[in-house]
Parts: sequence; structure tokens; C-alpha cells
Amino acid sequence: MPMDPGQIESLIKESLPDAQVTIQDLAGDGDHYAALVVSSAFQGKTRVQQHQMVYQALQGRMGGELHALALQTSVPKDA
Amino acid sequence: MSEHPVFERIKSEVDDTPVVLFMKGTPVFPQCGFSAVCVQVLSNLGIPFKGINVLEDPEIREGIKAYSNWPTIPQLYVKGEFIGGCDIVREMYETGELTEYFSTNGIDVQLANPE
Repeated sequence: MPMDPGQIESLIKESLPDAQVTIQDLAGDGDHYAALVVSSAFQGKTRVQQHQMVYQALQGRMGGELHALALQTSVPKDA
Repeated sequence: MSEHPVFERIKSEVDDTPVVLFMKGTPVFPQCGFSAVCVQVLSNLGIPFKGINVLEDPEIREGIKAYSNWPTIPQLYVKGEFIGGCDIVREMYETGELTEYFSTNGIDVQLANPE
């Protein structure tokens, strides 16, 4: 079942309240997304840890009902 | 970690070979676009690696997700360390970090298509 981009964004913000989330529907099929997540919570974390935090926020949907989410994470420029 | 017997197998795979890619399909015939990207990056850098086809091994397919705490395939390991999935591998390749990482780990990079 495809996921709504709004749902992805709210799940991420539940775990990372300060996150700026930009989601792009890559194929227009509600199943292949790209997300850019910017949060100060990523400070001092490796890329793997940052992505793990986002996957954690998605509560097991990644790799399941959410087939493809190309992920890019970063720390806010002014942090 | 002992609750997962497959962890022993995974550990010996990533310890025995310097560069291991857990992927869908084989390096010659990847069966998923994300796995294909990783194969292409490693090939462009001229890195010899072992591809493990998770589609042929359901135990590894599930086990590797728990082992790395990572929900998706492909997964790249270098010298026993989890480097990341497709997005991270691609990002590190584009910024040059991947080349640097291989070099500092004593793995020779031989650019196939210098641009």
C-alpha cells in the first residue's frame, strides 16, 4: 500500500520535532520518494546513524510498505 | 547477538573479505536498481568486492537487516564495518569520501572512467 508524503513527514517530525522535511514523489506513484531531512539532532552523528534515526521514526515501514525512500540528511547550516 | 545464528555467518563473511556488498542479484546481473547503483560505484572505482545475493538466501536477507540495524538492501561492508546503503554510498562517491575511505583502509582505487 502506498504511503502519503504527509504521513512520512509527520512520522519523521514526531521523532525529530525540529526537522525540516522536504519530500519529492519521484515516480508519481506514491511509492518512490526522495526525502531531505535537516535536523539539529543529527549533530555529531555519522551518516549511518542519521539515516537510522529517520528509519526509526518511520517505525518499520521502510523496506515494507514504504518501498523506496532515497534519503539525504544534514544538520542545519546555522547549528 | 547470539540469538541470531545467522549473525555468525554474516560476521565471517564481512571479516573474511575486505569489501562485501549484500545485494539483490549478482554483480553481473543486479536485480534491483539500488543494488545496481552500488555495483556501478564499486566498478567505477575498480574495487574488487564480493557480492552476496540475498535473494538466494532468505536467512541472510532478514539477518543482515538486524545485524546492521538497517531496513533495506543493498548494504556495503568494508573491513567488517557497515558503510551504508545505496544513498550513502552514492553520496560518499560523489563527494570523494568513498575513494578516501578505501585508500585509508588500504584498498586500492583504480578509476575506470575518470571524468
